[in-house]
Amino acid sequence: MDAIILQILNGLDKGSAYALIALGLTLIFGTLGVVNFAHGALFMIGAFCAVTLNKLFSLSFETVDPTRTDFLGNPLKVKTPYLVDWFGPEVGASLIDWAVPLSILFSIPIMIGIGFAMERGLIKHFYKRPHADQILVTFGLAIVMQELIKHYYGANPIQTPAPDAFRGSLDFGVLLGFDPNVIIYPYWRLVYFAFAALIIGGVFAFLQFTTFGMVVRAGMADRETVGLLGINIDKRFTIMFGLAAAVAGLAGVMYAPINSPNYHMGMDFLVLSFVVVVVGGMGSLPGAVAAGFLLGVLESFASMNQIKSILPGIDQIIIYVVAIVILLTRPRGLMGRKGVMED
Amino acid sequence: MLGLNKKDSTLLLIVAAMVLLAPFILNPFPADSAMAQFNAGYPDLMQRFVIFGIFAIGFNILFGLTGYLSFGHAAFLGVGSYSAVWMFKLLSMNVIPAILLAVLVSGVFALVIGFVSLRRTGIYFSILTLAFAQMSFNLAYSVLTPITNGETGLQLTLDDPRILGVSATADGGIPVTSLFGMEMRSTFTLDAGAWLFQFNTGYYFCGAVLLLAFYLAIRIFRSPFGLMLRAIKSNRTRMNYTGLNTKPYALAAFVISGMYAGLAGGLMASMDPLAGAERMQWTASGEVVLMTILGGAGTLIGPVLGAGFIKYFENIFSKINEGVLHQWFSFLPDGVENGAVWVVEHFVGPGWHLTLGLLFMLVVTFLPGGLVEGGQRIAKLFRRKSTEPQDGATQSHPAE
Repeated sequence: MDAIILQILNGLDKGSAYALIALGLTLIFGTLGVVNFAHGALFMIGAFCAVTLNKLFSLSFETVDPTRTDFLGNPLKVKTPYLVDWFGPEVGASLIDWAVPLSILFSIPIMIGIGFAMERGLIKHFYKRPHADQILVTFGLAIVMQELIKHYYGANPIQTPAPDAFRGSLDFGVLLGFDPNVIIYPYWRLVYFAFAALIIGGVFAFLQFTTFGMVVRAGMADRETVGLLGINIDKRFTIMFGLAAAVAGLAGVMYAPINSPNYHMGMDFLVLSFVVVVVGGMGSLPGAVAAGFLLGVLESFASMNQIKSILPGIDQIIIYVVAIVILLTRPRGLMGRKGVMED
Repeated sequence: MLGLNKKDSTLLLIVAAMVLLAPFILNPFPADSAMAQFNAGYPDLMQRFVIFGIFAIGFNILFGLTGYLSFGHAAFLGVGSYSAVWMFKLLSMNVIPAILLAVLVSGVFALVIGFVSLRRTGIYFSILTLAFAQMSFNLAYSVLTPITNGETGLQLTLDDPRILGVSATADGGIPVTSLFGMEMRSTFTLDAGAWLFQFNTGYYFCGAVLLLAFYLAIRIFRSPFGLMLRAIKSNRTRMNYTGLNTKPYALAAFVISGMYAGLAGGLMASMDPLAGAERMQWTASGEVVLMTILGGAGTLIGPVLGAGFIKYFENIFSKINEGVLHQWFSFLPDGVENGAVWVVEHFVGPGWHLTLGLLFMLVVTFLPGGLVEGGQRIAKLFRRKSTEPQDGATQSHPAE
């Protein structure tokens, strides 16, 4: 029992990332009808927003402290971050400590900007082209983004720590009445899950309860009629693209402390997220979210030693196996609508 | 000639001449001049041109004719490489059985994967092939380590059995791959004044295989079977309504193109007997898509051009570094020079992939027919001036 709960918890954080990326992919696909292979790159850029803010905050200058010496007997050089100098030691240090959560604010305008630029500058010209062309051009764009990040940040993963307050682990088992130290779960992963739930809830609420969201949903169902009613649906879809980019970016920002960002993390997640979208059902938002969590949890179950000893290697391929089985038995995915991508 | 019409024979002859004379054509600059870094006439690179050309020709039979975009073709390349290396380990160092096994095994793989994947079309098909390829890649890295040797990659060792050959040569080394005694790595060097031309057995072997593969592709393109594949691309639903089951045709195309990929993998292992899982990664699948699109999908010569283009510039661009750039731009004033170097630096050396990505976006956006379409447009410009329009040998026949 405790092992099962542990695996479910372990699956939740990866599942949250899958769900967030798949949600963005589905939003773009459902509104604009574009298959965006650059979505993983947006996730990666989000993670690098966190890296950037972390680095910016830790920018420091050197002073010589004549009262202390280093091990060679020379006067000790002390590095003081500018923030500490400007805001005093306490505020400055905590700002640096909280760099990752603060990058949420920092990344939203950046991601929305990138999303707008992408849609207006490139994707716009591909609405009428076949899906293969859309895949190819966004694939090219993903390579470009990835290489630019590699050029400026290097090829190695960059550690981006979570705030001190969240660095420990929670003894989750005690809360449920198990023995201590059975189910241990890092705080940050809980934060990630809560954050993901918040974002997903926010997106759904936005689509469900605002006039804007209503128009967008109407546009997803029948774009032409909405256009005929005199509504500028293109403008709204562009905004949705920006929103989807922001969702991917935020998923990346918060993921940075879990897995040190490197330039190809986007590609790694992209393939899986596409599988998630297909399993959930192309064009279905709840399907994408449900499939994201489902596959995340399944993946962590498959990496249990008991299961691996029966089916060696299952942890590497479980997601793909599930995708293949689902596609062959339920071609529309778990919650796919009729008539989407069935040309 | 050989059942081809005049135009196709000309095309085949041009390709044959280019393959034959490649060591000259690709080596236009004297060996110790400053331009020597643009030479591509050395065995390793020429082999890559030809092998990736075969890979792309095969991919084009699937994508160019039927329109099914597979994102998992590298899996077949990897499977081919592994089978070939196993043949070198177990049977002998002769390349013929290795390549035959590579083609056979990848064909079986393609049959299984194609049978499942082709139940869906469009993006679902792409994702299914991608899923299968990633699965093979992950398995090759983890559980299948006894067969694939995991991260290290499969290599020859001195205690391999090699039933029909020798485990080790007389001087205690690992034997090299050969074709009935002709060593693949042996190179004949011709010194012609300042020029240095290299003629490599392995390259000419690959070249012969390329010609064969190219000839087969022409025959497939011009056959009723090829016509059927194009019909699938242009309107599958209508084909179904006429009472025709399109699936066997698509599956046949998939298997053929998988076998081409296996052939390329087998050749790769024959030139350099190692096989690693990274050959199966989905970025490798993406690369062959890039080659085909860049050259011109659905055309005969396009994929070969695309493969050559990408591999050539990959090689040349990777070699250019900051020092070379400063040398090039040294005629500019200092400030401008540094600026120019700073800009260009992004695109060369390790930044080659950036150039590739940009190029790819530009080609897909503005030149969907690839290099072949570009060539045709240029040819059209010139032809307008002359009065008589004539068909170029490399004309594309977009299967739309």
